[in-house]
Amino acid sequence: MENKEKSELADTSLAAELQPHPSTLSLKISEEEAREMLERMILIRAFEEKAEELYALGRVHGTMHLSIGQEATAVGASKAMRRGDYLLNHHRGHGHCLAWFDSDVNAMMAEFMGKETGYCRGRGGSMHIANIEANNLGANGIVAGGVPIAVGVGLSIKMRKTDQVCLVIFGDGAANEGAFHESLNMASIWKLPVIYLCENNQYAMSMPFHKAFNIADISQRASAYGIPGVTVDGNDVIAVYEAVSAARARARAGDGPSLVESVTYRWRGHSKSDKQAYRTRAEVKEWQQRDPIQRFAAMLGLSDAEWEAIQQRASAQIEQAVQFAESSPEPDLGTILEGVYA
Amino acid sequence: MREITYVEAVREALNQAMTADERVFLIGEDIGIYGGAFGATAGLIERFGEQRVIDTPISEAGIAGACIGAALTGMRPVGEIQFMDFVTLSMEQLVLQAAKIRFMFGGKASVPMVLRMPGGSGTGAAAQHSESLENWFVHVPGLKVVMPSTPYDAKGLLLASIQDNNPVIFIEHKLLYKTKGPVPEEMYTVPLEQSAVVREGRELTIIATSVMVNRSLEAAKQLSEQGIEAEVIDPRTLKPLDAEPIISSVKKTGRALVVHEAPKTGGFGGEIVSVIVESQAFDYLEAPVRRLGGLDIPIPYNRNLEYHTVPQPETIAAEAIKLVRGEY
Repeated sequence: MENKEKSELADTSLAAELQPHPSTLSLKISEEEAREMLERMILIRAFEEKAEELYALGRVHGTMHLSIGQEATAVGASKAMRRGDYLLNHHRGHGHCLAWFDSDVNAMMAEFMGKETGYCRGRGGSMHIANIEANNLGANGIVAGGVPIAVGVGLSIKMRKTDQVCLVIFGDGAANEGAFHESLNMASIWKLPVIYLCENNQYAMSMPFHKAFNIADISQRASAYGIPGVTVDGNDVIAVYEAVSAARARARAGDGPSLVESVTYRWRGHSKSDKQAYRTRAEVKEWQQRDPIQRFAAMLGLSDAEWEAIQQRASAQIEQAVQFAESSPEPDLGTILEGVYA
Repeated sequence: MREITYVEAVREALNQAMTADERVFLIGEDIGIYGGAFGATAGLIERFGEQRVIDTPISEAGIAGACIGAALTGMRPVGEIQFMDFVTLSMEQLVLQAAKIRFMFGGKASVPMVLRMPGGSGTGAAAQHSESLENWFVHVPGLKVVMPSTPYDAKGLLLASIQDNNPVIFIEHKLLYKTKGPVPEEMYTVPLEQSAVVREGRELTIIATSVMVNRSLEAAKQLSEQGIEAEVIDPRTLKPLDAEPIISSVKKTGRALVVHEAPKTGGFGGEIVSVIVESQAFDYLEAPVRRLGGLDIPIPYNRNLEYHTVPQPETIAAEAIKLVRGEY
């Protein structure tokens, strides 16, 4: 955030490398790729707005955690990764899964609606969506639950001597779990190819960042583990892309993990039961002025007609996904015991 | 057959598994040069190097997480938790991650990992190094729980656990490490989910786990001198449990005594009793089914207090006599 002091970083030269070039397209991204990224961000938002609507209409069961306003983190980070890399993410994870390789919005929607054709055969639901075939190892309902698992994925990559990297995405709340400390330390001492991406959306449920931390940036914690850390504007998709790309390059060079903090904002409540008494409408509105989708569209100089066409494509895709999900079978009760043991 | 100790059997299984399958690696605290707190991994770092025998910082959640992540991505990790007590620090990863990943993701992922840990009292290590927490894990769908009582089973069950495609909690016992028994030199497996009748008898069935199997066998010897022949059954795998040999035995003897070291309340014994009374064996019972477990106290330091906290051969024999003579 603008008014914060710059972090003291463990490796200042690398931190400089991790720093993004705001509001300019990266040399590594073509105009066409940038438009695909924008379209993906719009699809994620359309998915979540539809999810919210289906909930309001009583057509889905349970709760959900929406990432509306945070789409730049999911799309920027995924763009920096390669097919074959691994992803571990968190409960606010619809966007991460949709942004990841080979994502299938039909399988997403079907999972969200608890259907047999969903990614997890309706057993996981909104909070536990994985696309194992694409090395998306799943969203986690436990804050920092996936963070220690990233150590094992990193070890495995190193032992199998592949050129993969593991991206683990977690929230600001997770950075205050003990598992975060154990994991970053282990990944650092063994120089594992892991990217720790902290999606700081300002609130751990109702606990504001400034009350839960006595530091300006979560990325400062990287120095305690002897790894580089950087804080980027998480509503700038290119900034996220640049930082995660640099972290990936470092991981591939055998130099070990990095901590990237993507500063963003959760527009909706924590889950569907949140009355949001802990923040003001003015604050939400102020952040909505920094909408990552509007910003990126403006940067790409999209015409109204182009914007409208993208919106229509997204909503058509989502409508088709809803139809697919609604016409899909419920899991057969006869299969209830399946999948506990291999 | 050649005789080796229980800890040598564990080490031999690790050695053979790592030789046979390069996906197998070890990870834990002080398992390298130190050789493990109880010597289970002694010499393995010299043979396999520090890339496959990985010493960790004191980070039990991290060890469990490292096993899960590696298992999910094609490796076969064998983690060591130095004392079973410390697994309390790994519980989130084991219960909410390892056990649930497969089911939660629609059966599309698997977590083939083993987490070894020594449990039990009797070494004067007091309340925080003597726990018997096996039943915590038995209660969690998705985990397997293995608890060998002999060197033969330690080797065969560990090799079977490493080959299994599920997370296996492998519970060794500190007092058993130095016990000796016949163990084949070649690789072999003892199938999981197979209870063993370790002594045949007629008057009652004793179902015991881990070190209590040896104590029950000692008790059976004392009982035999008084004309009582006890059948002793070792479930070996607590979950999934092979109940059939237990039910058949109780049908034959009409009496059952369940013995474990963990505190009696909420212990595995309750599960065994339920399995018996819910089965046809109920019709054959000539006496109540009884349990002997640890007292409902933390393990005390004092030698005499510690000894009397958990079942011993003489207490097992005394309880068996009461059951056979109808003195309950």
